[in-house]
Amino acid sequence: MKIVMAIIKPFKLEEVRDALTAIGVHGLTVTEVKGYGRQKGHTEIYRGAEYAVSFLPKIKIEVAVASDQVDKTIDAITSAAKTGQIGDGKIFVINLDHAVRIRTGEADAAAL
Amino acid sequence: MTFKRPYSAGLAALAVGLFAATAAYAEPTVNKGDNAWMLTSTVLVLLMTIPGLALFYGGLVRSKNMLSVLMQVFYCVCIVVVLYALYGYSLAFTGGSDFIGGFSKAFLMGVTTDSKAATFSVDANISELVYICFQMTFAAITPALIVGAFAERMKFAAVALFVPLWVTLIYLPIAHMVWYWPGPDLITDAAKALAAAADGAAKTAAQAKLDEINADAGWIFKKGALDFAGGTVVHINAGIAGLVGALLIGKRVGYGKELMAPHSLTMSMIGASLLWVGWFGFNAGSNLEASGGAALAMTNSFVATAAAALAWMFAEWIVKGHPSVLGALSGAVAGLVAVTPAAGFAGPMGAIVLGLVVGVVCLFFCTVVKNALGYDDSLDVFGVHCVGGIVGALGTGILVNPALGGTGVMDYVAGKIADYDFVAQMTSQFWGVCTTLVWSGIGSAILFKVVDVIVGLRVNVETEREGLDVTEHTERAYNM
Repeated sequence: MKIVMAIIKPFKLEEVRDALTAIGVHGLTVTEVKGYGRQKGHTEIYRGAEYAVSFLPKIKIEVAVASDQVDKTIDAITSAAKTGQIGDGKIFVINLDHAVRIRTGEADAAAL
Repeated sequence: MTFKRPYSAGLAALAVGLFAATAAYAEPTVNKGDNAWMLTSTVLVLLMTIPGLALFYGGLVRSKNMLSVLMQVFYCVCIVVVLYALYGYSLAFTGGSDFIGGFSKAFLMGVTTDSKAATFSVDANISELVYICFQMTFAAITPALIVGAFAERMKFAAVALFVPLWVTLIYLPIAHMVWYWPGPDLITDAAKALAAAADGAAKTAAQAKLDEINADAGWIFKKGALDFAGGTVVHINAGIAGLVGALLIGKRVGYGKELMAPHSLTMSMIGASLLWVGWFGFNAGSNLEASGGAALAMTNSFVATAAAALAWMFAEWIVKGHPSVLGALSGAVAGLVAVTPAAGFAGPMGAIVLGLVVGVVCLFFCTVVKNALGYDDSLDVFGVHCVGGIVGALGTGILVNPALGGTGVMDYVAGKIADYDFVAQMTSQFWGVCTTLVWSGIGSAILFKVVDVIVGLRVNVETEREGLDVTEHTERAYNM
């Protein structure tokens, strides 16, 4: 099992969700985050006071999938979240040792 | 709330008729329509401050200081309302000296539901109690404007002490100097008596009586400075006090280095819009009668404000490349400030020009000048209110000219519009501006020092980092 973690542009969330649902992924955790990468930041101006905003708002999604689903999941997220501009985000894949569904006590693959 | 208002084209003829006919003059009457309008205007001016100004300012600070701003503004209203009834009205609006009134109406002594206050028309009075309440709301908003200059770092105890001291020693004298006058009824009665006087001795006596009545007025009033609704008394007065406060208390921790973006321009939009709505009470209410003069002040308050918002927005668009919401809101407030002294004197086309000018001038002061000088006037009280107030005060001296569509200045003794004299009028306006700058600038500096010695002006660095809401008031604006 793997956790696929993706940092994406906030307005791409709905498209990514639709793409994941289409390949049979039925669970997703979403967090509002801030950060920077190659996009750096932007400038905000309030009555002449200029502020360099170096942390941009992004969405972090985390989805737990079986190991053989990882490539499909990455493809779905990449195609849905891509605009071709700097700032589209990144995907990280992390090993997942164990999973439990709290309601039933089912474990691992059955819990996903 | 100014003086020498043109009130009726037929006055001269009317006065001539009365001069000849009789020496007994009718007791002025209170018109219910005027009273109703003044009751409404009073509530509108309160709306400007709470929640208008409170939300406008509150939205501009960081969320950790939201409540401190709301609290300081709300406190200003409450403390000033009480002290105004106790002695403020008496010190501002009774005779005494050229610089401050007396205590003859302290505790509102002698003021009843039958008491009358003069307007700008002969024989058209309003209830004195509504006049007191109307003036009270002006005294309340003025210190509330100042708190924007030192927002996010002033101790509440310092605000609590500074505001009543400032209103007593700075605001009330300026209000007396600018607005206290004997009223049209006394002046025209004395002028009629002078005209009716037959021989030399009677004429001398009548002239002496008229001079005595005219002498019973505030110092700036007697200089001939025009201030329809409080450009000097409210805006220049508060603006310079704010600058002095910002300089004395110092910059916010992290100023120029950390992000100090407004936490909710949505709140500021609501607040600025409520300011505009309430300002119709401020400006059109300052006509004191529900007449054509009030309608003119309303018209000017519409067009000057809109023009100033557009001027700021387009200038910013051209110079910075983007039209900003805060720019448009700031422009609107600058326009309202500038049209305040001119509201009842300028023509609508003059008011539009005034708005266009003040929008660009205030933008320049709030961006270029402020950044160049490096002072931290948190919410641009000086750049908008003092600078806008000065533009308005001087603009009023120009735009009152009937040749430019203005109303001209009423001469109640002659019973007609006086001839316009540019140099004389601008000299008068300068007197008003400079007196206010000096009195409020120096006086406020002394008061800030006194408060600093007694309770200390500024919170410590940890408190400032944490935010004033939790540390000073043990509350949070948003629990989410």
